[in-house]
Amino acid sequence: MATLAQQIVNGLVLGALIGLIALGYTMVYGIIKLINFAHGEVFMVGAFGAHFTSAYLLPDAMPWYAALPVLCVAAVAVSVTVAVLMERLAYRPLRDAHSLAPLITALGVSILLQEVVRVFYPGATAPLPFPRVFVDSQLTAGSLIVQWTGVLAVAVSPLLAAALHWYVERSRLGRAMRAVAEDPDTARLMGIDLNRVILATFVLGAVLAGLGAVLYGIHYGQIDTTMGFQNGIFAFTAAVLGGIGSIRGAMLGAFCIGMVKSLAGQYAWGGAQYDYVWVFVLLILVLMFRPQGFLGRLERVRA
Amino acid sequence: MLEVNGLSVAYGAIEAVKDVSFTVAEGQVVCLVGANGAGKSTTLRTVSGLLRPRRGEILFRGRPIHHLPAHKVLATGIAHCPEGRKLFATMTVEENLLLGAYLRRDHDIARDAAHVYELFPVLGQRRHQKAGLFSGGEQQMLAIGRAMMARPSLLMFDEPTMGLSPIMIQRIMDTIGVLRDQGTTILMVEQNALAALALSDHGYVIDLGRTTLSGPGRQLLADPRVREAYLG
Repeated sequence: MATLAQQIVNGLVLGALIGLIALGYTMVYGIIKLINFAHGEVFMVGAFGAHFTSAYLLPDAMPWYAALPVLCVAAVAVSVTVAVLMERLAYRPLRDAHSLAPLITALGVSILLQEVVRVFYPGATAPLPFPRVFVDSQLTAGSLIVQWTGVLAVAVSPLLAAALHWYVERSRLGRAMRAVAEDPDTARLMGIDLNRVILATFVLGAVLAGLGAVLYGIHYGQIDTTMGFQNGIFAFTAAVLGGIGSIRGAMLGAFCIGMVKSLAGQYAWGGAQYDYVWVFVLLILVLMFRPQGFLGRLERVRA
Repeated sequence: MLEVNGLSVAYGAIEAVKDVSFTVAEGQVVCLVGANGAGKSTTLRTVSGLLRPRRGEILFRGRPIHHLPAHKVLATGIAHCPEGRKLFATMTVEENLLLGAYLRRDHDIARDAAHVYELFPVLGQRRHQKAGLFSGGEQQMLAIGRAMMARPSLLMFDEPTMGLSPIMIQRIMDTIGVLRDQGTTILMVEQNALAALALSDHGYVIDLGRTTLSGPGRQLLADPRVREAYLG
């Protein structure tokens, strides 16, 4: 019983973190129908940006309420910069190309970023300890252990998703994003600058990924160059599971995946080494019976 | 106001518009008529910046605009109400109107929306419903309203009566007449040449990508070549 409760807690935390990455996948797909496989790397470079700031720029002793916001700003700045460069240099020139071209480019950008960080970041060939910049203690109830960092992630992630949802539904830019997603040519006739709106979508996704990176770092305590790839796969799966293009779907999918991975790692055949297998089993099952995902809309061919 | 000279537009190797020239004077209703595939829609899409011409020039108030992206063409005062209405079907009536006013930063947007609701009461009553739920005629009203929200000085309509009932066709044509009376210049593309030319100050016949005939609307209506080709 205590183990079950513990795994549920672990699953919630993982789901919250994956959700922040999944939002970037779903937003970019929603607007330009591109699976940006390099989005996991946007998350990864954010973590390294925060690590760099902490290791080389900040004084050693800083209270967490000062250090945490600084690291968040640093992570977001690095994630956004990389995402903007990615869109401008890699994807924008391929805007009118066959859709396979940007997809393969995304894979290339993903590998490029992993390798650049691995080769040039000091010590990044092995996992690096992430600074403990949040309350480094835990809640205990019997044998159940809940890290405060996990509480933070589970509290903040759905709030950010709700804020994003509100922004997309209510703001002028959000309305423009939905217009571009629905019909880019007609959106242009409304006076919408496609390039600006698409760039803004990448930026929003990167902001969430950067914040997710800091939450991830303080919770798991270490980062490495493959964290973006691994979690990106889960996040992409979460976005598809929830219905790609849907903000609420991405969050729902992420919590499902966190939960399945955590519970299957404990109870299913194969244990923790095979936990990810069950994630994809879930994906296949859902796609068999509901190809559009939980909250997605079926693509209709426009007349 | 608008001057198109020797326009040629191609999709890859296919030249949809070969040599189209026409002018629209301020305050006029001008109509381009012609068969399906003659290049009328392509011409409008090029004027509004969605397509780039291969040759020729487009001048608006004397300034070339054929190199501008679509959002900048709208900013000069040319709105385009596209073929097939192209509403944002998953968005409400109100959101569609707000998108029409996307470039505006003034405080009269709500008043202009109220004006559209006055003109088309059905839109006002159902302003929070999704545009995709409306009938063809109602959707056309919303498409016109959305284009009006940009406060254009030149409004282009591409097949505004396509698929509508005769009563609705009359209603749409009356509305276009009202817009003209209020000072908006109109450029229209229609297969329904009878209704369109009757309303037009000037008409051009486009055939296989070229402007072949032109004249005042009523004169073209009476022209035996036009009657034979487009009016049956």
